Amino acid sequence: MSFLLDPFQSVVMRDAFVIGVFVASMCAILSCFLVLKGWSLMGDAVSHAVLPGIVLAYIVGIPLGIGAFASGLICAVSTGFIKQNSRIKEDTVMGVVFTGMFAFGLVLFSRTPSEMHLDHILVGNILGITASQFWQTLGMGSLILIVTLILRRDLLLICFDPGQARVMALPDRFLNYLLLGLLSLAIVVSLQVVGIILVVAMLVTPGSIAHLWTDRFDKMLQIAVASATGSTVIGIFISYHIDASTGACIVLAQALGFVGSLIFAPKYGLITKRKGLRPGI
Amino acid sequence: MNSGNHSHRLEVAGLSVAYANGHLALHGASFHLAGGAICALVGVNGSGKSTLFRSIMGFVTPQSGSVTIDGMPVRAALKRNLVAYVPQAEEVDWQFPVSVWDVAMMGRYGAMNFMRIPRAVDKVKVEESLRRVSMWEFKDRQIGELSGGQKKRVFLARALAQGGRIILLDEPFTGVDVKTEEAIIVLLRELRAAGCIILVSTHNLGSVPEFCDQVVLINRTVLAYGPTADVFTEQNLAAAFGGVLRQFQFDQSTIQNHDGRAVRILTDDERPLIFGKDGHLEYKDREEHEELLRQRSEEHD
Repeated sequence: MSFLLDPFQSVVMRDAFVIGVFVASMCAILSCFLVLKGWSLMGDAVSHAVLPGIVLAYIVGIPLGIGAFASGLICAVSTGFIKQNSRIKEDTVMGVVFTGMFAFGLVLFSRTPSEMHLDHILVGNILGITASQFWQTLGMGSLILIVTLILRRDLLLICFDPGQARVMALPDRFLNYLLLGLLSLAIVVSLQVVGIILVVAMLVTPGSIAHLWTDRFDKMLQIAVASATGSTVIGIFISYHIDASTGACIVLAQALGFVGSLIFAPKYGLITKRKGLRPGI
Repeated sequence: MNSGNHSHRLEVAGLSVAYANGHLALHGASFHLAGGAICALVGVNGSGKSTLFRSIMGFVTPQSGSVTIDGMPVRAALKRNLVAYVPQAEEVDWQFPVSVWDVAMMGRYGAMNFMRIPRAVDKVKVEESLRRVSMWEFKDRQIGELSGGQKKRVFLARALAQGGRIILLDEPFTGVDVKTEEAIIVLLRELRAAGCIILVSTHNLGSVPEFCDQVVLINRTVLAYGPTADVFTEQNLAAAFGGVLRQFQFDQSTIQNHDGRAVRILTDDERPLIFGKDGHLEYKDREEHEELLRQRSEEHD
Protein backbone atom coordinates (compact mmCIF):
# COMPACT_ATOMS: atom_id res chain seq x y z
CA MET A 1 0.00 0.00 0.00
CA SER A 2 2.76 2.42 0.91
CA PHE A 3 4.03 2.07 -2.63
CA LEU A 4 0.82 3.70 -3.86
CA LEU A 5 0.28 6.12 -1.00
CA ASP A 6 3.81 7.41 -0.45
CA PRO A 7 3.71 9.96 -3.26
CA PHE A 8 0.61 11.56 -1.72
CA GLN A 9 2.37 12.36 1.54
CA SER A 10 3.87 15.59 0.22
CA VAL A 11 1.97 18.69 -0.92
CA VAL A 12 4.32 19.00 -3.88
CA MET A 13 3.34 15.58 -5.18
CA ARG A 14 -0.37 16.19 -4.62
CA ASP A 15 -0.18 19.44 -6.59
CA ALA A 16 1.73 17.61 -9.28
CA PHE A 17 -1.02 15.01 -9.59
CA VAL A 18 -3.76 17.64 -9.79
CA ILE A 19 -1.97 19.81 -12.34
CA GLY A 20 -0.70 16.83 -14.32
CA VAL A 21 -4.12 15.26 -14.70
CA PHE A 22 -5.74 18.59 -15.48
CA VAL A 23 -3.21 19.61 -18.13
CA ALA A 24 -3.18 16.13 -19.66
CA SER A 25 -6.98 16.16 -19.99
CA MET A 26 -6.98 19.60 -21.58
CA CYS A 27 -4.32 18.54 -24.09
CA ALA A 28 -6.20 15.30 -24.74
CA ILE A 29 -9.35 17.19 -25.76
CA LEU A 30 -7.38 19.39 -28.14
CA SER A 31 -5.44 16.41 -29.46
CA CYS A 32 -8.62 14.91 -30.92
CA PHE A 33 -9.04 17.97 -33.15
CA LEU A 34 -5.36 18.15 -34.08
CA VAL A 35 -5.17 14.49 -35.05
CA LEU A 36 -8.31 14.72 -37.18
CA LYS A 37 -7.24 17.96 -38.85
CA GLY A 38 -3.78 16.61 -39.59
CA TRP A 39 -2.10 19.28 -37.47
CA SER A 40 0.26 17.06 -35.46
CA LEU A 41 3.31 18.69 -37.00
CA MET A 42 1.75 22.07 -36.34
CA GLY A 43 1.69 21.23 -32.63
CA ASP A 44 5.35 20.30 -32.77
CA ALA A 45 6.23 23.49 -34.65
CA VAL A 46 4.30 25.85 -32.40
CA SER A 47 5.67 24.26 -29.24
CA HIS A 48 9.26 24.86 -30.33
CA ALA A 49 8.53 28.29 -31.73
CA VAL A 50 7.31 29.63 -28.38
CA LEU A 51 10.84 29.72 -26.95
CA PRO A 52 11.94 33.13 -28.30
CA GLY A 53 8.60 34.56 -27.13
CA ILE A 54 9.20 33.27 -23.62
CA VAL A 55 12.69 34.72 -23.43
CA LEU A 56 11.65 38.07 -24.89
CA ALA A 57 8.70 38.27 -22.50
CA TYR A 58 11.12 37.62 -19.64
CA ILE A 59 13.43 40.41 -20.84
CA VAL A 60 10.57 42.89 -21.26
CA GLY A 61 8.98 41.80 -18.00
CA ILE A 62 5.53 40.75 -19.19
CA PRO A 63 3.84 37.40 -18.39
CA LEU A 64 5.73 34.64 -20.21
CA GLY A 65 2.42 33.24 -21.55
CA ILE A 66 1.79 36.35 -23.66
CA GLY A 67 5.19 36.14 -25.31
CA ALA A 68 4.81 32.44 -25.96
CA PHE A 69 1.35 32.88 -27.41
CA ALA A 70 2.49 35.67 -29.76
CA SER A 71 5.50 33.76 -30.97
CA GLY A 72 3.50 30.54 -31.50
CA LEU A 73 1.04 32.46 -33.66
CA ILE A 74 3.85 34.12 -35.62
CA CYS A 75 5.21 30.67 -36.44
CA ALA A 76 1.86 29.37 -37.69
CA VAL A 77 0.90 32.48 -39.61
CA SER A 78 4.29 32.96 -41.27
CA THR A 79 4.27 29.29 -42.29
CA GLY A 80 0.94 29.83 -44.04
CA PHE A 81 2.20 33.03 -45.66
CA ILE A 82 5.43 31.53 -46.98
CA LYS A 83 3.64 28.46 -48.29
CA GLN A 84 1.16 30.58 -50.24
CA ASN A 85 3.80 32.82 -51.73
CA SER A 86 6.51 30.34 -52.65
CA ARG A 87 6.88 26.98 -54.30
CA ILE A 88 8.01 25.25 -51.10
CA LYS A 89 5.65 22.69 -49.55
CA GLU A 90 4.03 23.35 -46.20
CA ASP A 91 5.80 20.72 -44.08
CA THR A 92 9.16 21.93 -45.34
CA VAL A 93 8.34 25.58 -44.63
CA MET A 94 7.19 24.60 -41.17
CA GLY A 95 10.40 22.66 -40.52
CA VAL A 96 12.51 25.68 -41.46
CA VAL A 97 10.41 28.23 -39.56
CA PHE A 98 10.09 26.41 -36.26
CA THR A 99 13.67 25.21 -35.99
CA GLY A 100 14.83 28.71 -36.92
CA MET A 101 12.67 30.27 -34.22
CA PHE A 102 13.74 27.65 -31.68
CA ALA A 103 17.40 28.32 -32.43
CA PHE A 104 16.79 32.06 -32.12
CA GLY A 105 15.20 31.40 -28.73
CA LEU A 106 18.20 29.34 -27.61
CA VAL A 107 20.63 32.09 -28.67
CA LEU A 108 18.54 34.74 -26.90
CA PHE A 109 18.39 32.56 -23.82
CA SER A 110 22.12 32.00 -23.59
CA ARG A 111 22.74 35.77 -23.92
CA THR A 112 20.19 36.66 -21.22
CA PRO A 113 21.20 36.45 -17.59
CA SER A 114 18.27 34.89 -15.73
CA GLU A 115 17.13 32.66 -12.94
CA MET A 116 15.33 30.41 -15.41
CA HIS A 117 16.63 26.92 -16.00
CA LEU A 118 16.73 25.93 -19.62
CA ASP A 119 15.98 22.30 -18.87
CA HIS A 120 12.82 23.32 -16.95
CA ILE A 121 11.57 25.00 -20.10
CA LEU A 122 12.67 22.16 -22.33
CA VAL A 123 11.43 19.19 -20.32
CA GLY A 124 9.16 20.75 -17.69
CA ASN A 125 9.32 20.84 -13.94
CA ILE A 126 6.01 19.69 -12.55
CA LEU A 127 7.41 19.22 -9.05
CA GLY A 128 8.67 22.81 -8.81
CA ILE A 129 5.33 24.48 -9.45
CA THR A 130 4.60 27.62 -7.39
CA ALA A 131 1.19 28.53 -5.94
CA SER A 132 0.64 31.32 -8.47
CA GLN A 133 1.62 29.05 -11.35
CA PHE A 134 -0.77 26.43 -9.98
CA TRP A 135 -3.74 28.79 -10.11
CA GLN A 136 -2.70 30.36 -13.40
CA THR A 137 -2.54 26.93 -14.99
CA LEU A 138 -5.97 25.97 -13.66
CA GLY A 139 -7.49 29.28 -14.78
CA MET A 140 -6.05 29.34 -18.29
CA GLY A 141 -6.67 25.63 -18.77
CA SER A 142 -10.32 25.98 -17.77
CA LEU A 143 -10.75 28.79 -20.27
CA ILE A 144 -9.28 26.64 -23.06
CA LEU A 145 -11.46 23.69 -22.06
CA ILE A 146 -14.67 25.72 -21.94
CA VAL A 147 -14.12 27.40 -25.32
CA THR A 148 -13.12 24.13 -26.99
CA LEU A 149 -16.04 22.14 -25.63
CA ILE A 150 -18.66 24.79 -26.37
CA LEU A 151 -17.47 25.22 -29.95
CA ARG A 152 -16.57 21.56 -30.48
CA ARG A 153 -19.09 20.95 -33.25
CA ASP A 154 -17.89 23.94 -35.27
CA LEU A 155 -14.27 23.02 -34.68
CA LEU A 156 -15.02 19.46 -35.76
CA LEU A 157 -16.73 20.72 -38.91
CA ILE A 158 -13.69 22.76 -39.98
CA CYS A 159 -11.55 19.66 -39.44
CA PHE A 160 -13.91 17.45 -41.43
CA ASP A 161 -15.19 19.67 -44.22
CA PRO A 162 -14.19 23.35 -44.18
CA GLY A 163 -16.09 23.80 -47.45
CA GLN A 164 -19.38 22.98 -45.75
CA ALA A 165 -18.63 25.54 -43.04
CA ARG A 166 -17.98 28.11 -45.76
CA VAL A 167 -21.16 27.49 -47.76
CA MET A 168 -23.22 27.85 -44.58
CA ALA A 169 -21.51 31.23 -43.98
CA LEU A 170 -19.92 30.02 -40.75
CA PRO A 171 -16.73 31.93 -39.85
CA ASP A 172 -14.35 29.17 -40.96
CA ARG A 173 -11.27 31.39 -41.04
CA PHE A 174 -11.95 32.64 -37.56
CA LEU A 175 -12.46 29.08 -36.34
CA ASN A 176 -9.14 28.04 -37.87
CA TYR A 177 -7.30 30.82 -36.06
CA LEU A 178 -9.24 30.05 -32.90
CA LEU A 179 -8.05 26.44 -33.00
CA LEU A 180 -4.53 27.68 -33.60
CA GLY A 181 -4.86 30.12 -30.69
CA LEU A 182 -6.19 27.39 -28.39
CA LEU A 183 -3.28 25.20 -29.43
CA SER A 184 -0.70 27.91 -28.65
CA LEU A 185 -2.32 28.67 -25.30
CA ALA A 186 -2.47 24.99 -24.40
CA ILE A 187 1.24 24.64 -25.14
CA VAL A 188 2.03 27.59 -22.88
CA VAL A 189 -0.11 26.14 -20.11
CA SER A 190 1.51 22.71 -20.46
CA LEU A 191 5.13 23.89 -20.53
CA GLN A 192 5.42 23.69 -16.76
CA VAL A 193 4.36 20.06 -16.80
CA VAL A 194 6.17 18.49 -19.73
CA GLY A 195 8.20 21.25 -21.36
CA ILE A 196 8.62 22.38 -24.95
CA ILE A 197 10.04 19.19 -26.37
CA LEU A 198 7.49 16.73 -25.02
CA VAL A 199 4.31 18.81 -25.02
CA VAL A 200 3.56 17.74 -28.58
CA ALA A 201 3.19 14.17 -27.33
CA MET A 202 0.37 15.23 -25.01
CA LEU A 203 -1.23 17.08 -27.92
CA VAL A 204 -1.11 14.13 -30.30
CA THR A 205 -0.92 10.77 -28.53
CA PRO A 206 -4.24 10.69 -26.62
CA GLY A 207 -6.16 11.65 -29.77
CA SER A 208 -4.48 8.95 -31.82
CA ILE A 209 -5.09 6.35 -29.12
CA ALA A 210 -8.77 7.29 -29.04
CA HIS A 211 -9.03 7.25 -32.83
CA LEU A 212 -7.95 3.62 -32.75
CA TRP A 213 -10.70 2.74 -30.29
CA THR A 214 -13.84 4.42 -31.57
CA ASP A 215 -15.84 5.69 -34.53
CA ARG A 216 -17.70 8.40 -32.59
CA PHE A 217 -16.26 11.79 -31.85
CA ASP A 218 -17.83 12.28 -28.41
CA LYS A 219 -16.50 8.89 -27.36
CA MET A 220 -13.14 9.79 -28.83
CA LEU A 221 -12.98 12.79 -26.50
CA GLN A 222 -13.77 10.59 -23.49
CA ILE A 223 -11.24 7.91 -24.39
CA ALA A 224 -8.56 10.52 -25.05
CA VAL A 225 -9.13 12.10 -21.64
CA ALA A 226 -9.20 8.72 -19.91
CA SER A 227 -5.98 7.54 -21.52
CA ALA A 228 -4.24 10.85 -20.82
CA THR A 229 -5.33 10.82 -17.19
CA GLY A 230 -4.24 7.22 -16.75
CA SER A 231 -0.83 7.79 -18.31
CA THR A 232 -0.26 10.89 -16.21
CA VAL A 233 -0.99 9.12 -12.94
CA ILE A 234 1.13 6.12 -13.92
CA GLY A 235 3.89 8.38 -15.21
CA ILE A 236 4.08 10.41 -12.00
CA PHE A 237 4.14 7.23 -9.88
CA ILE A 238 6.95 5.75 -11.91
CA SER A 239 8.97 8.95 -11.90
CA TYR A 240 8.57 9.15 -8.10
CA HIS A 241 9.83 5.65 -7.56
CA ILE A 242 12.66 5.56 -10.08
CA ASP A 243 13.54 9.26 -9.68
CA ALA A 244 13.31 10.09 -13.36
CA SER A 245 12.03 13.15 -15.28
CA THR A 246 8.29 13.35 -14.59
CA GLY A 247 7.33 14.78 -17.95
CA ALA A 248 9.28 12.09 -19.76
CA CYS A 249 7.65 9.34 -17.69
CA ILE A 250 4.17 10.68 -18.50
CA VAL A 251 4.92 10.82 -22.22
CA LEU A 252 6.49 7.36 -22.12
CA ALA A 253 3.35 5.97 -20.47
CA GLN A 254 1.24 7.53 -23.24
CA ALA A 255 3.48 6.10 -25.92
CA LEU A 256 3.14 2.63 -24.39
CA GLY A 257 -0.63 3.17 -24.30
CA PHE A 258 -0.50 3.95 -28.00
CA VAL A 259 1.50 0.83 -28.81
CA GLY A 260 -0.96 -1.26 -26.79
CA SER A 261 -3.91 0.29 -28.60
CA LEU A 262 -2.28 -0.17 -31.96
CA ILE A 263 -2.03 -3.89 -31.27
CA PHE A 264 -5.11 -4.64 -29.19
CA ALA A 265 -7.79 -2.08 -30.17
CA PRO A 266 -10.99 -4.03 -30.85
CA LYS A 267 -11.72 -2.86 -34.38
CA TYR A 268 -8.69 -1.09 -35.78
CA GLY A 269 -5.97 -2.91 -33.86
CA LEU A 270 -3.34 -4.94 -35.71
CA ILE A 271 -4.57 -8.26 -34.28
CA THR A 272 -8.13 -7.75 -35.47
CA LYS A 273 -6.95 -6.53 -38.84
CA ARG A 274 -4.54 -9.42 -39.24
CA LYS A 275 -7.30 -11.91 -38.52
CA GLY A 276 -9.50 -10.13 -41.02
CA LEU A 277 -12.16 -9.85 -38.36
CA ARG A 278 -12.90 -6.23 -39.12
CA PRO A 279 -16.59 -6.04 -39.95
CA GLY A 280 -17.02 -5.33 -43.64
CA ILE A 281 -19.58 -3.29 -45.49
CA MET B 1 -39.58 21.27 -50.84
CA ASN B 2 -40.45 24.28 -48.74
CA SER B 3 -40.42 27.17 -51.16
CA GLY B 4 -42.34 25.32 -53.86
CA ASN B 5 -41.91 26.50 -57.40
CA HIS B 6 -40.36 29.82 -56.55
CA SER B 7 -37.86 30.17 -59.34
CA HIS B 8 -34.21 30.65 -58.44
CA ARG B 9 -31.62 32.44 -60.52
CA LEU B 10 -27.88 32.04 -60.78
CA GLU B 11 -26.05 34.72 -62.72
CA VAL B 12 -22.34 34.76 -63.48
CA ALA B 13 -21.29 37.98 -65.20
CA GLY B 14 -17.84 38.68 -66.64
CA LEU B 15 -16.19 36.59 -63.93
CA SER B 16 -12.38 36.69 -63.83
CA VAL B 17 -10.44 34.89 -61.13
CA ALA B 18 -6.69 34.97 -60.61
CA TYR B 19 -4.84 33.05 -57.91
CA ALA B 20 -2.07 34.41 -55.70
CA ASN B 21 0.59 32.79 -57.89
CA GLY B 22 -0.68 34.88 -60.81
CA HIS B 23 -2.46 32.02 -62.56
CA LEU B 24 -5.55 33.35 -64.35
CA ALA B 25 -8.06 30.57 -63.85
CA LEU B 26 -11.13 32.22 -65.39
CA HIS B 27 -11.47 35.17 -67.67
CA GLY B 28 -14.71 36.99 -68.44
CA ALA B 29 -16.95 33.98 -67.81
CA SER B 30 -20.66 34.71 -68.16
CA PHE B 31 -23.81 32.60 -68.08
CA HIS B 32 -27.11 32.49 -66.29
CA LEU B 33 -29.46 29.78 -65.17
CA ALA B 34 -33.05 29.84 -64.00
CA GLY B 35 -34.50 27.14 -61.78
CA GLY B 36 -35.39 24.43 -62.05
CA ALA B 37 -32.51 23.18 -64.03
CA ILE B 38 -29.95 20.42 -64.03
CA CYS B 39 -26.91 21.90 -65.66
CA ALA B 40 -23.70 20.09 -66.56
CA LEU B 41 -20.44 21.95 -66.24
CA VAL B 42 -18.15 20.42 -68.83
CA GLY B 43 -14.50 21.08 -69.59
CA VAL B 44 -11.01 19.59 -69.45
CA ASN B 45 -8.98 19.43 -66.24
CA GLY B 46 -7.69 22.90 -65.44
CA SER B 47 -10.42 24.56 -67.50
CA GLY B 48 -11.67 26.43 -64.44
CA LYS B 49 -14.56 24.17 -63.43
CA SER B 50 -13.53 23.98 -59.82
CA THR B 51 -12.66 27.68 -59.79
CA LEU B 52 -16.18 28.41 -60.97
CA PHE B 53 -17.56 26.17 -58.21
CA ARG B 54 -15.36 27.89 -55.68
CA SER B 55 -16.59 31.28 -56.85
CA ILE B 56 -20.22 30.25 -56.48
CA MET B 57 -19.43 28.93 -52.98
CA GLY B 58 -17.68 32.19 -52.07
CA PHE B 59 -14.25 30.56 -51.57
CA VAL B 60 -12.46 32.88 -53.98
CA THR B 61 -12.83 36.60 -54.51
CA PRO B 62 -13.17 37.46 -58.18
CA GLN B 63 -10.71 39.89 -59.70
CA SER B 64 -13.58 41.34 -61.70
CA GLY B 65 -17.13 40.41 -62.57
CA SER B 66 -19.67 38.95 -60.20
CA VAL B 67 -21.74 35.96 -59.15
CA THR B 68 -25.28 36.70 -58.01
CA ILE B 69 -27.83 34.26 -56.65
CA ASP B 70 -31.46 35.37 -56.72
CA GLY B 71 -30.12 38.88 -57.27
CA MET B 72 -27.95 38.75 -54.14
CA PRO B 73 -24.17 38.66 -53.89
CA VAL B 74 -22.81 35.22 -52.94
CA ARG B 75 -22.11 36.20 -49.33
CA ALA B 76 -25.76 37.10 -48.71
CA ALA B 77 -26.99 33.95 -50.45
CA LEU B 78 -24.71 31.80 -48.27
CA LYS B 79 -26.12 33.45 -45.13
CA ARG B 80 -29.58 32.34 -46.28
CA ASN B 81 -28.27 28.77 -46.69
CA LEU B 82 -29.19 28.83 -50.37
CA VAL B 83 -26.05 27.09 -51.59
CA ALA B 84 -25.30 23.44 -50.82
CA TYR B 85 -22.49 21.31 -52.17
CA VAL B 86 -21.67 17.64 -52.45
CA PRO B 87 -17.90 17.10 -52.38
CA GLN B 88 -15.94 14.62 -54.47
CA ALA B 89 -15.30 11.36 -52.68
CA GLU B 90 -11.52 11.96 -52.72
CA GLU B 91 -11.90 15.19 -50.75
CA VAL B 92 -13.46 13.45 -47.75
CA ASP B 93 -11.56 11.78 -44.90
CA TRP B 94 -13.57 8.56 -44.63
CA GLN B 95 -11.74 7.52 -41.43
CA PHE B 96 -13.30 10.48 -39.64
CA PRO B 97 -15.21 9.43 -36.50
CA VAL B 98 -18.63 10.66 -37.62
CA SER B 99 -21.79 8.72 -38.42
CA VAL B 100 -24.18 9.08 -41.33
CA TRP B 101 -26.53 10.94 -38.98
CA ASP B 102 -23.73 13.31 -37.88
CA VAL B 103 -22.87 14.25 -41.46
CA ALA B 104 -26.48 14.95 -42.42
CA MET B 105 -26.85 17.01 -39.24
CA MET B 106 -23.91 19.19 -40.31
CA GLY B 107 -26.22 20.56 -42.99
CA ARG B 108 -28.36 22.07 -40.24
CA TYR B 109 -25.56 23.96 -38.43
CA GLY B 110 -26.27 27.17 -40.33
CA ALA B 111 -29.81 27.20 -38.94
CA MET B 112 -28.86 26.36 -35.33
CA ASN B 113 -27.60 28.56 -32.50
CA PHE B 114 -23.86 28.76 -31.84
CA MET B 115 -23.83 25.68 -29.57
CA ARG B 116 -25.17 23.61 -32.52
CA ILE B 117 -27.57 21.67 -30.33
CA PRO B 118 -30.13 20.06 -32.67
CA ARG B 119 -33.73 21.14 -32.14
CA ALA B 120 -36.71 18.94 -32.96
CA VAL B 121 -37.06 20.59 -36.37
CA ASP B 122 -33.43 19.79 -37.21
CA LYS B 123 -33.90 16.14 -36.32
CA VAL B 124 -37.05 15.95 -38.44
CA LYS B 125 -35.26 17.48 -41.44
CA VAL B 126 -32.32 15.12 -41.07
CA GLU B 127 -34.59 12.08 -40.84
CA GLU B 128 -36.60 13.24 -43.87
CA SER B 129 -33.44 13.78 -45.88
CA LEU B 130 -31.90 10.43 -44.95
CA ARG B 131 -35.12 8.63 -45.76
CA ARG B 132 -35.32 10.44 -49.09
CA VAL B 133 -31.96 9.02 -50.16
CA SER B 134 -32.75 5.62 -48.56
CA MET B 135 -29.98 5.96 -45.99
CA TRP B 136 -32.11 6.03 -42.84
CA GLU B 137 -31.31 2.41 -41.97
CA PHE B 138 -27.61 3.30 -42.08
CA LYS B 139 -27.84 6.35 -39.86
CA ASP B 140 -25.55 4.94 -37.16
CA ARG B 141 -22.85 3.68 -39.53
CA GLN B 142 -19.46 5.30 -39.52
CA ILE B 143 -19.09 6.91 -42.95
CA GLY B 144 -16.11 4.77 -43.96
CA GLU B 145 -18.23 1.63 -43.70
CA LEU B 146 -20.40 2.55 -46.68
CA SER B 147 -20.24 1.69 -50.37
CA GLY B 148 -19.37 4.36 -52.93
CA GLY B 149 -23.01 4.99 -53.78
CA GLN B 150 -24.05 5.17 -50.14
CA LYS B 151 -21.28 7.64 -49.38
CA LYS B 152 -22.54 9.91 -52.13
CA ARG B 153 -26.10 9.68 -50.85
CA VAL B 154 -25.06 10.72 -47.34
CA PHE B 155 -23.69 13.98 -48.66
CA LEU B 156 -26.75 14.47 -50.84
CA ALA B 157 -28.82 14.05 -47.67
CA ARG B 158 -26.72 16.75 -46.05
CA ALA B 159 -27.51 19.11 -48.95
CA LEU B 160 -31.21 18.25 -48.61
CA ALA B 161 -31.16 18.77 -44.85
CA GLN B 162 -29.54 22.13 -45.41
CA GLY B 163 -32.37 23.08 -47.75
CA GLY B 164 -29.97 24.39 -50.40
CA ARG B 165 -31.62 25.67 -53.56
CA ILE B 166 -28.45 25.96 -55.62
CA ILE B 167 -26.83 22.55 -55.34
CA LEU B 168 -23.30 21.92 -56.57
CA LEU B 169 -22.22 18.35 -57.29
CA ASP B 170 -18.66 17.43 -58.12
CA GLU B 171 -18.40 14.22 -60.16
CA PRO B 172 -21.55 12.72 -58.60
CA PHE B 173 -21.29 9.34 -60.28
CA THR B 174 -17.66 8.43 -59.74
CA GLY B 175 -17.49 5.14 -57.84
CA VAL B 176 -21.27 4.88 -57.78
CA ASP B 177 -23.19 1.75 -58.79
CA VAL B 178 -25.76 1.94 -61.58
CA LYS B 179 -28.73 1.54 -59.25
CA THR B 180 -27.61 4.42 -57.05
CA GLU B 181 -26.84 6.51 -60.11
CA GLU B 182 -30.40 6.13 -61.29
CA ALA B 183 -31.76 6.87 -57.81
CA ILE B 184 -29.65 10.03 -57.67
CA ILE B 185 -30.91 11.12 -61.09
CA VAL B 186 -34.51 10.62 -59.96
CA LEU B 187 -33.80 12.74 -56.87
CA LEU B 188 -32.15 15.48 -58.94
CA ARG B 189 -35.20 15.60 -61.20
CA GLU B 190 -37.45 15.99 -58.16
CA LEU B 191 -35.29 18.85 -56.97
CA ARG B 192 -35.45 20.42 -60.41
CA ALA B 193 -39.23 20.12 -60.35
CA ALA B 194 -39.13 21.98 -57.03
CA GLY B 195 -37.28 24.86 -58.67
CA CYS B 196 -33.71 24.09 -57.59
CA ILE B 197 -30.69 24.80 -59.76
CA ILE B 198 -28.37 21.82 -59.80
CA LEU B 199 -24.91 22.35 -61.20
CA VAL B 200 -22.99 19.16 -61.96
CA SER B 201 -19.29 19.17 -62.71
CA THR B 202 -18.46 16.03 -64.64
CA HIS B 203 -16.04 14.29 -66.96
CA ASN B 204 -18.67 11.76 -67.82
CA LEU B 205 -19.74 13.18 -71.16
CA GLY B 206 -21.98 10.25 -71.99
CA SER B 207 -24.14 10.78 -68.92
CA VAL B 208 -24.76 14.47 -69.64
CA PRO B 209 -27.57 14.10 -72.20
CA GLU B 210 -29.16 11.47 -69.97
CA PHE B 211 -30.06 13.80 -67.14
CA CYS B 212 -28.89 17.36 -67.77
CA ASP B 213 -31.19 19.77 -69.57
CA GLN B 214 -28.62 22.58 -69.62
CA VAL B 215 -24.90 22.60 -70.35
CA VAL B 216 -22.15 25.13 -69.67
CA LEU B 217 -19.00 24.43 -71.69
CA ILE B 218 -15.94 25.89 -70.11
CA ASN B 219 -12.29 26.39 -70.97
CA ARG B 220 -10.83 29.29 -68.98
CA THR B 221 -14.04 31.10 -69.94
CA VAL B 222 -17.58 30.07 -70.84
CA LEU B 223 -17.48 28.84 -74.44
CA ALA B 224 -21.17 28.12 -74.77
CA TYR B 225 -24.19 27.60 -72.56
CA GLY B 226 -27.82 26.72 -73.01
CA PRO B 227 -30.10 23.71 -73.55
CA THR B 228 -28.22 20.44 -73.93
CA ALA B 229 -29.42 19.75 -77.45
CA ASP B 230 -28.19 23.15 -78.67
CA VAL B 231 -24.88 23.32 -76.84
CA PHE B 232 -23.71 19.73 -76.64
CA THR B 233 -22.66 19.54 -80.25
CA GLU B 234 -19.61 18.04 -81.84
CA GLN B 235 -18.22 21.44 -82.85
CA ASN B 236 -18.65 22.91 -79.36
CA LEU B 237 -17.13 19.88 -77.67
CA ALA B 238 -14.22 19.92 -80.06
CA ALA B 239 -13.67 23.58 -79.13
CA ALA B 240 -13.90 22.80 -75.41
CA PHE B 241 -11.65 19.77 -75.46
CA GLY B 242 -9.31 20.50 -78.33
CA GLY B 243 -7.68 17.24 -79.29
CA VAL B 244 -7.76 15.59 -75.89
CA LEU B 245 -10.81 13.40 -76.40
CA ARG B 246 -10.44 9.95 -77.77
CA GLN B 247 -12.42 9.65 -80.96
CA PHE B 248 -13.57 6.50 -82.58
CA GLN B 249 -14.97 7.10 -85.98
CA PHE B 250 -16.51 4.19 -87.73
CA ASP B 251 -16.55 5.60 -91.28
CA GLN B 252 -14.56 2.65 -92.49
CA SER B 253 -16.00 0.16 -90.08
CA THR B 254 -18.23 -2.70 -91.01
CA ILE B 255 -20.94 -1.25 -88.77
CA GLN B 256 -22.15 0.70 -91.79
CA ASN B 257 -22.42 -2.43 -93.83
CA HIS B 258 -24.65 -3.85 -91.14
CA ASP B 259 -27.12 -1.04 -90.81
CA GLY B 260 -25.88 1.74 -93.05
CA ARG B 261 -25.44 4.27 -90.24
CA ALA B 262 -22.38 6.31 -89.30
CA VAL B 263 -21.67 6.63 -85.61
CA ARG B 264 -19.11 8.85 -83.89
CA ILE B 265 -18.01 8.34 -80.33
CA LEU B 266 -16.37 10.90 -78.04
CA THR B 267 -15.07 9.74 -74.72
CA ASP B 268 -13.33 11.33 -71.78
CA ASP B 269 -14.34 8.74 -69.23
CA GLU B 270 -15.78 5.29 -68.86
CA ARG B 271 -18.96 6.24 -70.66
CA PRO B 272 -18.72 7.43 -74.25
CA LEU B 273 -20.72 10.19 -75.84
CA ILE B 274 -22.23 9.12 -79.10
CA PHE B 275 -23.17 11.29 -82.02
CA GLY B 276 -25.39 9.93 -84.78
CA LYS B 277 -25.15 10.50 -88.48
CA ASP B 278 -26.13 14.17 -88.66
CA GLY B 279 -24.24 15.08 -85.51
CA HIS B 280 -27.34 14.70 -83.34
CA LEU B 281 -26.91 13.27 -79.86
CA GLU B 282 -27.54 9.62 -79.29
CA TYR B 283 -29.18 8.91 -75.94
CA LYS B 284 -28.93 5.73 -73.99
CA ASP B 285 -32.68 5.64 -73.93
CA ARG B 286 -34.07 7.96 -76.56
CA GLU B 287 -37.72 7.46 -75.65
CA GLU B 288 -37.09 8.25 -72.02
CA HIS B 289 -35.30 11.44 -73.02
CA GLU B 290 -38.11 12.57 -75.28
CA GLU B 291 -40.55 11.82 -72.50
CA LEU B 292 -38.47 14.08 -70.20
CA LEU B 293 -38.43 16.88 -72.77
CA ARG B 294 -42.20 16.59 -73.16
CA GLN B 295 -42.69 16.66 -69.38
CA ARG B 296 -40.48 19.69 -69.09
CA SER B 297 -42.31 21.62 -71.75
CA GLU B 298 -45.54 20.87 -69.88
CA GLU B 299 -44.01 21.98 -66.60
CA HIS B 300 -43.08 25.30 -68.09
CA ASP B 301 -46.51 25.95 -69.59
